[in-house]
Amino acid sequence: MEFNWPDAQNRSVIGKRLSRVDGPEKVSGRAKYTYDQNPKGLLYGIMVRCPYPHAKISAIDTSAAEKMPGVKAVKVIQKVGSEIHWAGDEVVGIAAVSEGVAEDAARVVKIDYEQLPFMVDDVTEPHGQIAADTGPYDEDAIWDMLDNQVPANQMIERIKSGGLTFKPTEANLKEFGANGASPAVVDALGKAEVKQGAAPQVKSPYKRAALQTQGDPDAAFKEAEAVSEGYYGASVITHCCLETHGGMAAWNPTTNLVEAQISTQNTSGMAGQMAEPLGVPASNIHHQMQYIGGGFGSKFSPDRWSIVAAQLSKMAGGAPVKMFLDRRAELEVAGARPSAFAKIKIGVKKDGTVTAWDSSSWGTGGPGGGGAYPIPYVFDIPNQRKQHTAVATNTGPARAWRAPSHPQAAALSMCAMEDAAAKIGMDPYDFFLKNIELTGPRAKSYAEELKIADELMGWKKNWHQRGDKTSGPVKRGLGLSIHTWGGRGHASNCDVTIQPDGSVEIKIGTQDLGTGTRTAILMVASDTLGVPMQNIRLLIGDSKYPVSGGSGGSTTIGGVSSSSRRATVTALNMLFAKVAPALNAKPEELSAKDGKIFVTAAPDRAMTWKQACAKLGGMPITAQGKNPDREHPPDLTNSGVAGVQMADVSVDTETGIVRVNKMVAVQDCGLIISMKTAESQVLGALIMGISYALYEEKHMDPVSGRMLNPNMQFYRLAGLADIPELVVRMMTGPGYDERGVIGLGEPPVVSPGAAISNAVANAIGVRVPEIPLTPDRVIAALQKGVA
Amino acid sequence: MRQFEYTAPQSTQQAIGLLGQNWQQAQVLAGGTDLLALMKDDIVTPKRVVNIKAIPGLAGIQYNAAGGLRIGALTKLADVADNADVRSKYPAIAYAYDEAASPQIRYMATVGGNLCQRPRCWYFRNGFGLIPQHEGKAMVADGDNRYHAIIGNEGAAKFVSPSTIAPALIAHNAKVRIVGPSGQRELELAKFYRVPQSADDREHDLKPNELVTEIIVPPMQNAKTAQYEVRQKQAFDWPLALASVALWMDGNTVKQANVVLGAVAPVPWVSQEAAQALVGKPLNEQSADAAAQAAVSIAKPLSRNAYKIQLTRVAVKRALMQAAGGQS
Repeated sequence: MEFNWPDAQNRSVIGKRLSRVDGPEKVSGRAKYTYDQNPKGLLYGIMVRCPYPHAKISAIDTSAAEKMPGVKAVKVIQKVGSEIHWAGDEVVGIAAVSEGVAEDAARVVKIDYEQLPFMVDDVTEPHGQIAADTGPYDEDAIWDMLDNQVPANQMIERIKSGGLTFKPTEANLKEFGANGASPAVVDALGKAEVKQGAAPQVKSPYKRAALQTQGDPDAAFKEAEAVSEGYYGASVITHCCLETHGGMAAWNPTTNLVEAQISTQNTSGMAGQMAEPLGVPASNIHHQMQYIGGGFGSKFSPDRWSIVAAQLSKMAGGAPVKMFLDRRAELEVAGARPSAFAKIKIGVKKDGTVTAWDSSSWGTGGPGGGGAYPIPYVFDIPNQRKQHTAVATNTGPARAWRAPSHPQAAALSMCAMEDAAAKIGMDPYDFFLKNIELTGPRAKSYAEELKIADELMGWKKNWHQRGDKTSGPVKRGLGLSIHTWGGRGHASNCDVTIQPDGSVEIKIGTQDLGTGTRTAILMVASDTLGVPMQNIRLLIGDSKYPVSGGSGGSTTIGGVSSSSRRATVTALNMLFAKVAPALNAKPEELSAKDGKIFVTAAPDRAMTWKQACAKLGGMPITAQGKNPDREHPPDLTNSGVAGVQMADVSVDTETGIVRVNKMVAVQDCGLIISMKTAESQVLGALIMGISYALYEEKHMDPVSGRMLNPNMQFYRLAGLADIPELVVRMMTGPGYDERGVIGLGEPPVVSPGAAISNAVANAIGVRVPEIPLTPDRVIAALQKGVA
Repeated sequence: MRQFEYTAPQSTQQAIGLLGQNWQQAQVLAGGTDLLALMKDDIVTPKRVVNIKAIPGLAGIQYNAAGGLRIGALTKLADVADNADVRSKYPAIAYAYDEAASPQIRYMATVGGNLCQRPRCWYFRNGFGLIPQHEGKAMVADGDNRYHAIIGNEGAAKFVSPSTIAPALIAHNAKVRIVGPSGQRELELAKFYRVPQSADDREHDLKPNELVTEIIVPPMQNAKTAQYEVRQKQAFDWPLALASVALWMDGNTVKQANVVLGAVAPVPWVSQEAAQALVGKPLNEQSADAAAQAAVSIAKPLSRNAYKIQLTRVAVKRALMQAAGGQS
């Protein structure tokens, strides 16, 4: 049997609309999350957090907490003299016999702070002194990036483009690694170009990246027949995981073995990340986790809280310590999606051809400032000038949020494109199609998807020029947006064992983020082996299983489906070799389907799966599969998707309240393994998208520098009643299936903000510049009144 | 949550004995939907919690044509919303109870607790106090006041009264019955609410050792009523502005009017201006417009909440137009 994915007519399970295998566990409450764990002797961990957005610690006194009955361990995390860059940062960790004692102990820890000036305003356009962020970077600058938790990809990009003023020694690199630099960052530091003389350090929250140009923007604007100008923005939002961040760890001081269970998207990566800060060999660390209550990109690291939980456990003699964030800390420190604001100019011809782009953008990713956005998004406009300024704020650090940078880039670009279409009175559907070649290799998919979306939404039938002219305060409008993503499968290893009694076991060190990973792996295995899904035992979520990548970047489905396909095909070929003589055939002449193994050309010459496995004798078959694997072609995964979304909204122009009436999402992702969970991914993304388009926003208080809405009351999330009719169409068949498996988690969450904002502009005739589209913003835009 | 003494008295007299002379000593627990959250967030830290749920006779709804409606303080919000008499005789009140919070909360929260709930001001809920202070400075005027008061905000208190039900009850001239150490007293609900002058004051007239026991709503004859709430989300969201109206008609002419605003002032705001604009006029779009304009004529926005003036004007107008279309 070959490794390649079966053709449509030979698929028994792949592509079917099956319910997820762990659905009953989850809805019945039998699925136990890390938060649910309550082993005997459990100690409760708590953090004492800094209440100020910017401060220096001048004294720490934990004596009263240490003396309190029921307190088992107290660990001071920061030093006297440490500078705190955001409110809610951890200072002291405590483990106690109950939640109540832990809270009482936290209240009696005395910490003195010297308060420092702070900055939480990210929306005001950068002004005054602005520093250059072009490198080369000195050692202090690298430490600043690490302290401020600048994401690894941004650090690497800056180090590569800017270089260093110093040559890091082995000792330097080891120290960076022990203090939060990922292996990739350490590698980049080791390989960085060394340039003499650091860039002049201007003390400013604003850091301007190098100007980027393409083509001849000046000439293009001069020749443009119309120029559209506007201001656009997307506020900081939080991840707001329903299972907050946290973990449980037990560190046996005698054996030096660590048992950890952390709410994570990164099962196989946990032990390695914990080894350095704990000073324990990674092979002594065992991590396992079966269910996670939301991550969205924010749960790749053990984080300080789980490291401290392990340290407290050792101090307390090895008892398990569970340390979970409360809702306030979850929203304040455990992840934020960076903001993005931009002034954008677009030059067009009267026929709709886009020729020029000019943008001046800014935004914050917390104290580390943050990176630039991939704008203009999707459309590679020939002539461009782009300038981005990062705003460093004393807010909690940013973390990857489902499709990092793309939703913001779409909100800026697709709204600016829609405004440009309105400027020349063109239907944005036609405008996008007119320029579709600028989208590159997926142009044909976009065009096909636009056509389908039109049919599902009734776009051409219902679209009107800007401003619903019907009477009454409620105006209706349509908006659209398009998006892309990579989604190639990550490195993944899979073991499969077929026992002589016919039972099958699969092990992969992956995790099911709630996306249906278990279901997809079982569908691949069942399709390959011809054995029902319920007869296959799947083991995931354990660091002792074959290594598989973290669930980020929409890489899981491509990784685990490829490794499990290769493992099961290899195992099946081994089984064929054993049973072929009994069927009087060659192994390559056999097939497996419907619980039978038979001669492909003569299906009557068959035996049941059980009979076949009995031929194994005493020993089971075991086989491995991996991704990527050039020695076992073809490549089973691919990269690059296209998606189109349309929104139909109603806006009450007297109250500024926006309701979404309907959304349509048309999406490709190569070969679809599990149709129902794929559709569910898109439905979930639309719900999340409506939520960030209309409601979600991290409000920072200008007076105290604290987050004002770290709760589920004022951090609004869309509820059931806010969700309209959602229509999802997955692209399948020729042109899509043969590309292989591609990730889907991220792309469909990119467009809702832009599509809904465009629909609002179409309804009321003016642009509401920033998302979320709250009543105060809608009313302000209407009062300003300029189209 | 801090440790506290838990008590479960069997009578109002026992309960009153267990309550303290000041608010720090004891807190009343009924549905618990507000108190428990406040205690978990360390905003309210009573030494004693007095659970009144076991006291007999404090829950229930009675209606008769002559005396009107009586609702016991321990009645669940959902039970009022579902009551046939309330639905037929007091539709605006039924609407207010129906729209409050979420189904789970409506089945836990009580009528008395809803009236006594603490403000939703995000400074208060984040531990900065009822009159929020930071480094000795008042916070709301310089801070993020997008959800704060636009009316009655001249003093130190700038939060908004949170109950979405109190405005409806006040529009219906409801009274509240209170029991304390020296016996029982009755008060117009409109006078029950007060603007606190300091962070230690409460938002109502209740003394620390008094209990709300009952709400009394007079019969409504020849009255048109309605409530309009401007909510950003369709469900389980606090309104940004609301108006509750009751209009006593003489033919098509307004004889007497109650226009009560919610979520815009530190108390449920009885708008004399709107009432005056309506009395003696026919009820139509023009008079509704004029009344809505009059209601916000005294509004003074803070730095970030001017949009609420428009929302309030719209709420008043829409409530009036809804009442005009409704049954007398």
